[in-house]
Amino acid sequence: MECDADILIAGGGLNGPALALALAQGGFRVTVIDARPAPARAEAGFDGRAYALAIASVRLLTAIDVWPRVADKAQPMLEIKASDGRAGEGAAPFFLHFDAAEIEEGPMGHMLEDRHLYAAFLAAMQDAPGVTLLSGETVVAQEVGPAGVTVTLASGQKLSAGLLVGCDGRGSGTAARAGIRRVGWGYGQTALVTAIRHERDHRGIAHQFFMPSGPLAILPLKGGHHSSIVWSETDANAAAIQALPDDAYLQALRPRFGDFLGEIALAGERFTYPLSLSLAERFIAPRVALVGDAAHGVHPIAGQGLNLGLRDVAALAEVLILARRRGEDAGSPAALEEYQRWRRFDATALALGMDAVNRLFSSDNPLLRLGRDLGMGMVGALPGLRRGFIRQAAGLTGELPRLLTGRPV
Amino acid sequence: MTVDTVDPAEVAKFEAMAAEWWNPEGKFKPLHMLNPCRLDYITSQIAAEFGRDLAGPAPFTGLRILDIGCGGGLLSEPMARLGAEVVGADAAARNIPVARLHAEQSGLAIDYRHTTAEALAAAGERFDVVLNMEVVEHVADPLAYLTACQELLKPGGLMICSTLNRNPKSFLMAIIGAEWVMRWLPKGTHDWAKFITPDELYALIQKAGLRPVDRKGMVFNPVTWRWSLSDRDLSCNYVTASVKPQA
Repeated sequence: MECDADILIAGGGLNGPALALALAQGGFRVTVIDARPAPARAEAGFDGRAYALAIASVRLLTAIDVWPRVADKAQPMLEIKASDGRAGEGAAPFFLHFDAAEIEEGPMGHMLEDRHLYAAFLAAMQDAPGVTLLSGETVVAQEVGPAGVTVTLASGQKLSAGLLVGCDGRGSGTAARAGIRRVGWGYGQTALVTAIRHERDHRGIAHQFFMPSGPLAILPLKGGHHSSIVWSETDANAAAIQALPDDAYLQALRPRFGDFLGEIALAGERFTYPLSLSLAERFIAPRVALVGDAAHGVHPIAGQGLNLGLRDVAALAEVLILARRRGEDAGSPAALEEYQRWRRFDATALALGMDAVNRLFSSDNPLLRLGRDLGMGMVGALPGLRRGFIRQAAGLTGELPRLLTGRPV
Repeated sequence: MTVDTVDPAEVAKFEAMAAEWWNPEGKFKPLHMLNPCRLDYITSQIAAEFGRDLAGPAPFTGLRILDIGCGGGLLSEPMARLGAEVVGADAAARNIPVARLHAEQSGLAIDYRHTTAEALAAAGERFDVVLNMEVVEHVADPLAYLTACQELLKPGGLMICSTLNRNPKSFLMAIIGAEWVMRWLPKGTHDWAKFITPDELYALIQKAGLRPVDRKGMVFNPVTWRWSLSDRDLSCNYVTASVKPQA
């Protein structure tokens, strides 16, 4: 069949562009289909939305020529302090303290605002000869044949290629049209996300307070006096808090946030995200592969959602590029099976692991609370175990695709 | 033959057979599992011999490649996709329309023929590369067959030849394991007495007028369920590269 591209990517968020750039580097012609008009997000002002990028993710972004465009806008995370707290009672006696000095790779990650990251992706896609971006378009139908897949866009235009990759989020239309079912559940929790300006310098330290109603993460942004917060509450509490005017919202936050950074003020828009887990039963179908939240929408604790998605990107790009160099059909069942074998266990284990962590830490049961205080103390006291935690969070464990080590395929 | 001039019932039969050949979980599963490993060897040897960059577009452009025992086209199609001009030859007539149909579906131009290496050599056909994969252990006279392969090569041309070693381990793996226990292959696919040791194969290749330049083992890992190339372990499946001296 005559193809308009080698590979079509549905979804222009972050995983889609990252995959497109990695594949174009390997010689593929890629078309990204994005529902939004392109400039809208790139021109956005400060809104407080940011990502905690693990070391492995930064290496991938370096390998696809995105990181050099944003490196000066990223805040390195030099330490992570996790503690079990209760509003008004202060932190529990045991702290988990992760210090970048304990692993040789340097900072445990970087905080980067969404607007900078997306703008860099847009610029990199414009510079990449193999990438075509179709903005303001959505896929409404897909048809799989023996040698390829043809999609129909909302405008009526048809595109054909050897493979369609769904980077279209947890409500993935690509997965639904391919007949891939999902399992999942809500947590009865909602994340309140915003940016805070604070009096004292954060000194590159990230904090995670585990509260009975859900964790509060305070993540340092560039400049020293802004942090992004991810504040999880029960659905009912979150709805009530989100409905408050700004000063009352801050008043509710203060006892949880504490005063270790001095006076605090709101500095960004206020967003809410209901927390839920959504796993696709398969990551592949004939001529179709799923990446990121389309395959596994996870609880956004510790920013692992994007990091997990970029691991998919690196694995799928490597499998497809190596298949291409062997002369194989990159959308063939064999290549896709290899991708699924590589990623499904890791993604599912991490998704369910984060689910368990969240359930354990969201409990107000005094026995559980004692148990996790002791557990955290033990993790904190054993350097080997602690380094293991740090390396896992930094994305440095498991069989790593080449892109996650910063090298091209 | 072109697909639109034949009986629709025949086409349906060929489509089913093509689907079978290309189903990684089907009857040809062992070949599909072995294929990435074989292709890694074939592509890297061709790239090294002819100075091609596998990361570039259509790296095998300008090379004429013969795939002997092409079956459904599991090696012919990758070679064509990399830009080569490919002739696929199979002694089994029924494989030819099946391979043609699949190539057409894949948008690839491949010249599939119901013929043998000896007939092609006699007709004066010449190639830059001859792929001679898992064939030599099935032929009646290996030296005559390898001599035909030599004649098919242009001076400086490359032959890739894979087969099975003859020792107790290969009997256990290829006959007991693959045919009797795993049922990967129909019983009687292989005659262990016809298996050839790497040294015997090197001697035959030299006698046929080619210069062996490389050999590697192809090793199956039962844990990762994957084949990989090995410098040391040639105890069961192995693959060789040989060059025809410049005239």
